[in-house]
Amino acid sequence: MIGFISYLVNGISLGSVYAIIALGYTMVYGIAKMLNFAHGDVIMIGAFVVFSTVSGAGLPPVVGVLISVVACTLLGMAIERIAYKPLRKASKLAVLITAIGVSYFLQNVALLIYGANTKSFTSVVAIEPISLMDGSLVISGETIVTVIACIIIMIGLMTFMKYSKSGRAMLAVSEDSGAAQLMGVNVNSTIALTFAIGSALAAIAGVLLCSSYPSLTPYTGSMPGIKAFVAAVFGGIGSIPGAFIGGILLGVIEILGKAYISSQLADAIVFAVLIIVLLVKPTGLLGRQIQEKV
Amino acid sequence: MKTKTRSLSKTTRSNLITYGMVVAAYIIVEIFLRAGMVSSLLEGLLVPLCMYVILAVSLNLTVGISGELSLGHAGFMCVGAFTSAFFSRCMETAIPVSGIRFFLAILIGTVCAALFGILIGIPVLRLKGDYLAIVTLAFGEIIKNVVNVVYLGRDSRGFHVSTKDSISLGLEQGGDVIIKGPQGITGTPNDSTFLIGVILILVTLFIVMNLINSRTGRAVMAIRDNRIAAESVGINVTKYKLLAFSVSAALAGTAGVLYAHNLSTLQAQPKNFGYNMSITILVFVVLGGIGNIRGSVIAAVVLTLLPELLRSLNDYRMLIYAVILIATMIFTSSPGGQEIQERIKLFFKHRKTKEA
Repeated sequence: MIGFISYLVNGISLGSVYAIIALGYTMVYGIAKMLNFAHGDVIMIGAFVVFSTVSGAGLPPVVGVLISVVACTLLGMAIERIAYKPLRKASKLAVLITAIGVSYFLQNVALLIYGANTKSFTSVVAIEPISLMDGSLVISGETIVTVIACIIIMIGLMTFMKYSKSGRAMLAVSEDSGAAQLMGVNVNSTIALTFAIGSALAAIAGVLLCSSYPSLTPYTGSMPGIKAFVAAVFGGIGSIPGAFIGGILLGVIEILGKAYISSQLADAIVFAVLIIVLLVKPTGLLGRQIQEKV
Repeated sequence: MKTKTRSLSKTTRSNLITYGMVVAAYIIVEIFLRAGMVSSLLEGLLVPLCMYVILAVSLNLTVGISGELSLGHAGFMCVGAFTSAFFSRCMETAIPVSGIRFFLAILIGTVCAALFGILIGIPVLRLKGDYLAIVTLAFGEIIKNVVNVVYLGRDSRGFHVSTKDSISLGLEQGGDVIIKGPQGITGTPNDSTFLIGVILILVTLFIVMNLINSRTGRAVMAIRDNRIAAESVGINVTKYKLLAFSVSAALAGTAGVLYAHNLSTLQAQPKNFGYNMSITILVFVVLGGIGNIRGSVIAAVVLTLLPELLRSLNDYRMLIYAVILIATMIFTSSPGGQEIQERIKLFFKHRKTKEA
């Protein structure tokens, strides 16, 4: 029983990281209608920036994280401006291939700077672990910070989308970018803002992910990126609460699958659950059904 | 002679050019090989090159002709590779003639991949667009993961399967473990040759190009262009979508057979059967031109050779590859890039008219 609870806690912790990444994915998808395959690599860049500033330059972790968030925000906006903006009216596949190109680019830049060797990432969390039930259940500081960060980010994003002017502009653009433009919404800057927020979240996710799983290579971001995308689809892509629920569920399923079924099949189980959900509900858990008209 | 070429239809002529290109490329490479002018590195790349061409052409059937974005192509290749390698390992002593054995292996790999294509296609093709993409990706990853936990051995009592390790198979003395989980299949006979690869490319091209220009192909394209309109004129949407998807999967399986019999060790790793492989093939298809079969062939060859030709730049080569990829997409698909293309075309037209 204790074992189960501790796996559950680990699952929620991992799921929170997926949820943060998935939030970025889902926002970009909702607005730019594109699969940003490079999102996972922004996570990796964010983690490497913290690695350089904290482990390398010896700055305090908070400063390192801040620098990383700023760097990733700028990176996200630059990627959008250079690679995606010219393709706004191009076919979906062209944008997808460009995103793949950006992903290769970021991986290889990191490979050139840091090399292919695995770096061990020092956790940026300094909170003591909490022992519950006479020490039989230990919740690490990383878990606490990750879960709290995820909840704050989710609530923050939802409030931002609902009450702020730019948030409502985002909703309008995702609904119908043409109509939004006619209503005086600056579509280009709204999309840029979305990428900025998504990339900032990716930086935070990268730091949290590498604090819990401290190995860092240029390919670290790719699998979590795909999983987070799965989480976003799982919850209904384009929906913020959907991304949150999808992320948490995915993390829990992965850790429980690893613990009770097979550690090698954990990924397969995650993907199998996704397939089953999509076959029953083709637009994800919280996705809206769009009726096709003739 | 003149009347004969005129009597050929435009598509037939275009198809003949494609076949001719492949044959010509084969003859040229063969001449260079005989003359010993090909480095061993490049020589080792010939069979993979054939494999990539087959993969690109077959994926183009799904992505270009059927209009479904599939990211799980490597999964079907994995099925073809493992079933055929398994067959070859089992039959190594029973069928000593490598030609017949390899022919049967190709058939088995292709048929198994086709079966998987049908099996996966039935649920998956109900979905659309990005959902379809992510589910095919998921299936590809599942196939790769499942292959990695299977242990299969053979002794005098027959076959034994386990998902734990080779000891739990409980083999008798002298039993042979054929599939060793993450270690995969070792000792597959190296039956793949460049000639067989080229023949398989020609067969693939023959199947795909004839399919496109048949009644079936037109039905598939009609569904791609407007599903509801196609349905309303009586086209069986599920049947034709499934047909295109499973043919594409079968051909990916053929490529897998070629891959498996080119290496003595076959392992399912992220880099050969993971989603990255599927994406690499998708890049070939998109850069070659969606729906353009000859483009897929050329793109597969050029993009496989490009990183090798850039090898002297070692660490920078994949970076350059990425930049070329982004630049090509922006150049071909953005309004700005298209304008430049128009201008270049105009410039050449002007020069031609001036010369005339």
